[in-house]
Amino acid sequence: MERRKVKAGIIGTGNIGTDILMKLRRSDILECGIFAGRNPDSPGIQRAREMGVPVSADSIHAIEENPDCCEIVFDATSAGVHAINAPVLKRLNKFAIDLTPAHVGKFCVPALNMEECLKECNVNMITCGGQATIPIVQAIAEVHPDTRYIEIVATIASRSAGPGTRDNIDEFTQTTRDALTEFTGIKNTKAIIILNPAEPPITMHNTIYALIDHPDMEALQKKVRQAEAKIRKYVPGYKIVMEPVFENGRVTVSLQVTGLGDFLPKYSGNLDIINCAAIEIAENYARRKVSGGADG
Amino acid sequence: MAKLMLFDSTLRDGNHAVRHQIGKEQIEDYCLAMDGTGVHTIIVGHGNGLGASSLQVGFSKLSEHEMLETARKNLEKTRLGAYMIPGFGTIRDNLEPAIRDGVEVFTIGCHCTEADTTKQHIEFLRKKEKEVYGVLMMYHMASAEKLLEEARKMQSYGAMGVILMDSAGASTPDMVQRTVSTLYDSLKIHVGFHPHNNMGMAVANAYTAYMEGADIIDGTLRGFGAGAGNCQLEDVVALFEKCRIKTGIDFYRMLDASETVMPELMGRDMGQDPLSIVSGQAGVFSAFKLPVQKAAEEFRVDARDIFYELGKRKVVAGQEDMIVEVAEGLSRFAGGGPGNINYQLESLL
Repeated sequence: MERRKVKAGIIGTGNIGTDILMKLRRSDILECGIFAGRNPDSPGIQRAREMGVPVSADSIHAIEENPDCCEIVFDATSAGVHAINAPVLKRLNKFAIDLTPAHVGKFCVPALNMEECLKECNVNMITCGGQATIPIVQAIAEVHPDTRYIEIVATIASRSAGPGTRDNIDEFTQTTRDALTEFTGIKNTKAIIILNPAEPPITMHNTIYALIDHPDMEALQKKVRQAEAKIRKYVPGYKIVMEPVFENGRVTVSLQVTGLGDFLPKYSGNLDIINCAAIEIAENYARRKVSGGADG
Repeated sequence: MAKLMLFDSTLRDGNHAVRHQIGKEQIEDYCLAMDGTGVHTIIVGHGNGLGASSLQVGFSKLSEHEMLETARKNLEKTRLGAYMIPGFGTIRDNLEPAIRDGVEVFTIGCHCTEADTTKQHIEFLRKKEKEVYGVLMMYHMASAEKLLEEARKMQSYGAMGVILMDSAGASTPDMVQRTVSTLYDSLKIHVGFHPHNNMGMAVANAYTAYMEGADIIDGTLRGFGAGAGNCQLEDVVALFEKCRIKTGIDFYRMLDASETVMPELMGRDMGQDPLSIVSGQAGVFSAFKLPVQKAAEEFRVDARDIFYELGKRKVVAGQEDMIVEVAEGLSRFAGGGPGNINYQLESLL
């Protein structure tokens, strides 16, 4: 017997929204019920139309007018727009997955706090840099709760940063830093975001630095590998490229994220890391609905 | 010709040359010596600006608040300035506190093709009625047409001028001429130039920029700054005045500051050195010099090889993490690769 698929709506038809749309095709539990933006001629809308997905240029109003079109909503607009959409989605009783750095709902990293997030009605996926580095940072903090300072540097290809990301660079930086502190309890944190326009484009690259007085390198290497394996379950292109090393008085780890190449080419690992995380939580939510859990 | 404005980045770019260790007394002495000399603004802070004190770029000796407050107390006539690159600093953590500390002039920078990342910050500062300029870093990596497109964006956000930063010191006179004239002909706002001296052209390039319409020259005393150093303001004043271009600078006072305050501030001479020439040739951000030397020592590889490899990878400002990765990679390389002339040539293409 074929299982029921749960309908998900996508608001925002830019890089993030369109990539989510492509990824939903692979899901055995989710299907796209509405793909809504503001520009009826955007490349994303055109692609959705070709795929036979219901589209609208009426943004969130499309869901307000036809609330049965979806149970889950991916909001891939912008931080400012999500702040307006969030109460509407709550009123409509939708499970909102926020892909902007608005930080209205609880911070969500599926590898770390999936269960708690499934109890919420709005979860925030932080940022691509946050999704890529927080699990590693958390692993470091677990081995060394005495870590004095944590810093992450996320470098992404300019071409993979759409207008939404650029308009929200400030929230992007601030939200990533806030999430580092929230997940680790380490007060002294810093997030640095770099856009690199090189052609051909560079693959998303992240470096994590930690100040630890007497680092147990073996334990750190082991924990970091475990964290990598956990994320690779939902982001196959996630790879540690430099294991924790102790140099110049700091612990340094580097990782790369290669994308699946669904919408933008494979260098856009930043799209994949946040979108795969968003789909991971959406699928878990949907599975519970279908198996009759909660209010299902 | 427009009235020249000199931006003094000694206490900002100079911080790169001393691993961001400029201290409180040094800021006091410098501001006292330079206040009222006629420079438009004195920009103070970490080498990469507000929010950049980090393991990635290096921690500052003083907090932002300490640096700005100290400068504020010692400047009566000259405006206090600050620099910020979005992605390093944020409105909440850095710009708002800097305004409270009394900063009057802000320069907001980004890699030269990414002007839209400065929109939020330029607009925010204009709403706060601050003087704001956009900065396009590593300008040698884009064409004049592309730079104009990016500068126009900054103009539309409310920037009062756009400063081209020759962050790698990679300019030829022809590049300066073509780029500055393109911007000057099409923008309604000020155009500025921030040279570096990797090929010994900083002052000459500042002059060319001015002749093509740039009315902001951003430099430092003694050329104190990242990598090979900056455009030496004393030279600029000397040259321009001799060419009958009014600078409005109290030249004796500036030279006094150069002689009394700078030797202590710099710690070492800022003349060209071979590694800076290599970094300029490879087109890599000048401020990478010290971390590259450190990584070369740590991983026992040739600093020049690191620069060529970084150039090959087209790294931009702020990507200091690549230094360690490249050095670590080179340390595992045995023969045939780096050090080989073909390898170096390939890196320059």
